[in-house]
Amino acid sequence: MQLELRNVSKKVGKEFHISDVSLTFEPGTLNILLGPTLSGKTTLMRLMAGLDQPSSGTVHVGGQDVTGVAVQKRKAAMVYQQFINYPNLSVFENIASPMRIAKVSEAEIKERVAKVATLLKLENMLSRSPQELSGGQQQRTALARALVKGADLVLLDEPLANLDYKLREELREELPRIFSETGAIFVYATTEPSEALLLGGNTASLHQGKVTQFGRTIDVFTRPDNLITAKTLSDPPLNTLPVVKLNGRMLYKSHVEIPVIGKLPELADDDYTIAFRPHNLYLSRTKDTDISVKAKVAVTEITGSESYVHLDVAGVRWVLLTSGIHTFDVKETIEIFLDPDTFYVFDRHESLVVTPETATGV
Amino acid sequence: MIQKQVNQKAWFMVLPVFLLVAFSAIIPLMTVVNYAFQDTFGNNVFFWVGMDWFRDIIHSERFHDAFFRQISFSAIILAIEIPLGIAIALAMPKKGWGVPVCLITMALPLLIPWNVVGTIWQIFGRVDIGLLGYSLASMGFDYNYTQDPVAAWITIIIMDVWHWTSLVVLLSYAGLSSIPDAYYQAAKIDGASKIAVFRYIQLPKMQRVLLIAVLLRFMDSFMIYTEPFVITGGGPGNSTTFMSIDLVKMAIGQFDLGPAAAMSLLYFLVILLLSYVFYTVMSNIGEESSNGGA
Repeated sequence: MQLELRNVSKKVGKEFHISDVSLTFEPGTLNILLGPTLSGKTTLMRLMAGLDQPSSGTVHVGGQDVTGVAVQKRKAAMVYQQFINYPNLSVFENIASPMRIAKVSEAEIKERVAKVATLLKLENMLSRSPQELSGGQQQRTALARALVKGADLVLLDEPLANLDYKLREELREELPRIFSETGAIFVYATTEPSEALLLGGNTASLHQGKVTQFGRTIDVFTRPDNLITAKTLSDPPLNTLPVVKLNGRMLYKSHVEIPVIGKLPELADDDYTIAFRPHNLYLSRTKDTDISVKAKVAVTEITGSESYVHLDVAGVRWVLLTSGIHTFDVKETIEIFLDPDTFYVFDRHESLVVTPETATGV
Repeated sequence: MIQKQVNQKAWFMVLPVFLLVAFSAIIPLMTVVNYAFQDTFGNNVFFWVGMDWFRDIIHSERFHDAFFRQISFSAIILAIEIPLGIAIALAMPKKGWGVPVCLITMALPLLIPWNVVGTIWQIFGRVDIGLLGYSLASMGFDYNYTQDPVAAWITIIIMDVWHWTSLVVLLSYAGLSSIPDAYYQAAKIDGASKIAVFRYIQLPKMQRVLLIAVLLRFMDSFMIYTEPFVITGGGPGNSTTFMSIDLVKMAIGQFDLGPAAAMSLLYFLVILLLSYVFYTVMSNIGEESSNGGA
């Protein structure tokens, strides 16, 4: 059953928490809502579930208008950031609880719990209480409860945010497999671009209650329609440089000249924003066409296999991501290289006008 | 060697606390113990009587009656205040201006000193000038707490409920407000009824604070003294002579220091024992329900 939001807005007081969102989710797909905290992910999910009603616009399931239909009457399930389980029921009873409310027969309950427990590797935990489980297992139990209902719509609101790194990796790897075994629409909210990319599926990029782009995750990443989307999907943050093109010359702050090469000559004279990813900033020359820039080191973060070098370049802050360990003194001036072929260029309305060669998409 | 010196110094650090505890707790308690095993006819001459006072107290009907009254009183208080407190906490608003209003209103009775509470109700219930007593009497009810034991009990129980239900409310409310909103949402999506939400989410989540509430209310009600003393002075007859009132009558009124000392030790042991039983039973309920499924 297809889920469709048509021009949905949610106003609380005088503030729009969601403004004019239209989205269509197909059955059997994984859809990611990606955006920073307070961008409206949870509000949007509550509207999809029917926990809240939109101030304007309509919600359709399988073509039928379900706006105003109570949440209990929709086939929806939700998993939260906190591990929500009934504290004094066993894992089995927790998973069975939605079916008990729906008055499913005992034999069927046993069968369905066993099936979903196998899927989520909870077979040996069924008699335990949630408090005796690890965080990952508690969240699996919550996930099992959501899946066992056979809901058409499963909403996951940052389900991995409260788990530690190791468990998060583990569960994230399993999620696509679990999702593919049910035919439901999955909606997954996250603040982490890397999580969206790892999970794949489709991504809706959210910013201040608006959907800035919706499409296949990889497409949204490689071809962001606008600067906001590009920034939302970039972690570490996207490097940007506001420039002006005038009489065939490209200038930053009217005195730093950017060589007009690659696709840049095609642009008309106007204001633009050049953006490129931290891994497209280099410590050594990669091509003859690379632009050399002098930069002052602000701080260097070393993760082990990679180094993040934060740089001050003529009044803007950039991040350079490079493999291996590199140490620089603070305020040391180093030479860095930009590859114009990796530039995204956005016009004065922040719409994408130049896509780099490297971002062909798959 | 150096380490040993440090250890010796530690004793000096503990000494002030030890002295403080000795003067505030151990010495008074031992004085009571001292009286409990001896008899005196004045002039500071004491005779060893062994367990006699304890035997007398345990076999005295007066002690049995006071104990029975005390247990009944605590049982009634717990049976009313705990469910009522939970019910009020559930009915209280969760956000908005109503929250501070309710919390302050609830906290007010707790701020009033015991004997003032006693005095308030003593006057409130009087048939001649009290609002409650006069209203009831003029409506034709035969209400007079100075003559009717049932009326005296009802007055004291209502007074205690008025004074202390707030404590249960505040504790329960604290327990309730610590439940993340997502629990209620999840229950709503599941289509769980209000009763199911209470039974499977709110009650288990409130369990710890309820244990504290039950213990506090039990201990306090079991030790009640000031309010019934002010309202009824233990009467009519002996009908509201609870254990602490009986103890004071014996110790101060009759100056039977030996039996009174023995009784106060028994009283203390009973509270300790019952509190321990409550604690163990309630923690076990928690353990079991979280271990063994529904």
